[in-house]
Amino acid sequence: MPEPLKNVAVERTPVIQPGYTFGTVTEKISAIVLTRPASNGWFVGFGIAFLLTMMMLFAISYLFVKGIGIWGVTIPIGWGFAIVNFVWWIGIGHAGTLISAILLLLRQSWRNSINRFAEAMTLFAVACAGIFPAIHVGRPWLAYWLFPYPNTMRVWPQFRSPLMWDVFAVSTYATISALFWFVGLIPDLATLRDRTEKHWLKIIYGMLSFGWRGSARHWHRYETMYLLLAGLATPLVLSVHTVVSFDFAIGIVPGWHTTIFPPYFVAGAIYSGFAMVLMLAIPIRKIYGLEDFITSRHLQNSAKVMLATGLIVAYGYGIEAFMGWYSGDRYDAFTIWNRLHGPYAPWYLSLLTCNILIPQVLWIRKLRSSPLALFCISGVILVGMWLERFIIVVVSLHRDFLNSSWGMYYPTRWDWMTFIGTIGMFLAAMFLFLRLLPAISIFEMRTLLPEAEVKEA
Amino acid sequence: MKRDPIYGMMAEFDSATALVEAARKTHHAGYKKIDAYSPFPIEGLAEEIGFHHDEVPLVVLIGGLVGGISGYLMQYWMSAVDYPLNIGGKPPHSWPAFIVITFEMTILFAGISAVLGMLALNGLPMPYHPVFNVSRFSSATKDRFFLIVFSSDQKYNAADTRKFLEGLEPRSISEVPS
Repeated sequence: MPEPLKNVAVERTPVIQPGYTFGTVTEKISAIVLTRPASNGWFVGFGIAFLLTMMMLFAISYLFVKGIGIWGVTIPIGWGFAIVNFVWWIGIGHAGTLISAILLLLRQSWRNSINRFAEAMTLFAVACAGIFPAIHVGRPWLAYWLFPYPNTMRVWPQFRSPLMWDVFAVSTYATISALFWFVGLIPDLATLRDRTEKHWLKIIYGMLSFGWRGSARHWHRYETMYLLLAGLATPLVLSVHTVVSFDFAIGIVPGWHTTIFPPYFVAGAIYSGFAMVLMLAIPIRKIYGLEDFITSRHLQNSAKVMLATGLIVAYGYGIEAFMGWYSGDRYDAFTIWNRLHGPYAPWYLSLLTCNILIPQVLWIRKLRSSPLALFCISGVILVGMWLERFIIVVVSLHRDFLNSSWGMYYPTRWDWMTFIGTIGMFLAAMFLFLRLLPAISIFEMRTLLPEAEVKEA
Repeated sequence: MKRDPIYGMMAEFDSATALVEAARKTHHAGYKKIDAYSPFPIEGLAEEIGFHHDEVPLVVLIGGLVGGISGYLMQYWMSAVDYPLNIGGKPPHSWPAFIVITFEMTILFAGISAVLGMLALNGLPMPYHPVFNVSRFSSATKDRFFLIVFSSDQKYNAADTRKFLEGLEPRSISEVPS
């Protein structure tokens, strides 16, 4: 006689704590936007983020006046902080699309309580990323030359260059992410329209919701559209970081010219993106009392995704080192040696510590379920992933084929001000988002409630 | 044409199950011009009110094809016809290099047509609609479920329809002015 199976599902933390109804879910989430007064903490946080944004604008204005020379970029390292930060930010955005699109297709219903703000995170991260290549081109007021438009010079962009692919991939990604986020908001904006007491807010939310009324026909087309958009966003998100990695892999610089780059970049993107999701979700659920909706199940699942993608990234590092030896290419071999023993060795060792060594503690269940520990580990991973891009960009460029062209890279204060400033801009946008729009998808939360199930008579 | 002062008769229900049940009975009773409103998508509800043709996938397919084909032709024409330029000895029509942008354009056009197609087929944006005249309808975006029989339905008759809807045991019934 077979052993009766133990029901594991019952013991798991639920996606949404029991006891909620359609009404209470709606009230709880919409109250954050409609009735809850902004706390002093919010003003302080937003104020700091706003000041950092101003610092970024100052640094960029000075750049426009003086030119790229105020940065640390020189030959041989022509791709300094700008490209490091671009790749870092765009990677962070990937988790939002993974949560909203890929997990939707995989019917992971736990995503319903974190997809909204993860999508917002994607949008703001892509906005931060987009700044860097635009200001890095030297004459940023001519950045629109990247797009194929009929012009008086009668020339066209060079479509065989991965940099052009990047323009199309990133702008498509930004557009589709914005659309996905906005259509997801439409039914919730209608909820806010019907909940608010203020007449002018009713008009604003009414306009933004396009007059959504929840007709069965509308829902049917809406669901079809949402599913198709998820199906389109899934290959898109995988393609974006693949194309970003082509910027490197199509080049012949040792350390860049490798086929492992696309999968390892995508895994790294999701790795850092989930770290950012956790760094945002943990304080948000605490401050706004949303522990019933963003439960420890969400945190644990995110931690598991980080663990898995972190191991793929580790495999990528391993293959890089292996190929450095196995290819027999002395320049490739030197790149690996240079990482371990060259002037940037401390950075490379910290990268290995942050990205591979420390995250292994996520195997321990106790740490996976501790918000504080997850918050700290996520911070370490974000630093590690930034270091990874620094190593890829700077260490490969600073010593290439000819030792007469070797050099060092020293970021200036303007580099740092621009980078830290984008973090401020990202946080400022996040602060505003939390107060103006529902941070959790209300209508998708309703579908998770037991009473949403239609019982056949 | 004179506009009917009454848009329809609306019944309010407490649960998704009740709404699906009521929609089925109303449709079976011969009312064809009906609609149902719910605060979240309910699987199978659209079929119960006689909605079977969802054109969104077709719109997306056409959008994707237009995007992909025009993306490829754009690159071909610009790099091989209008301004052929020798880059690293690659042929002007180097198709493998054009695949990435072709793919991105496919996704871009398909995605935009999915959203615009859904909105257009749904007749949105439509800030004003007669159903908003019913004050109880504001709960349709929170926790209530509504069924409406339009006055344009051939079987519609104020007294009879009200009586029929009452038979479905709704929470309330309201006449919707247009």
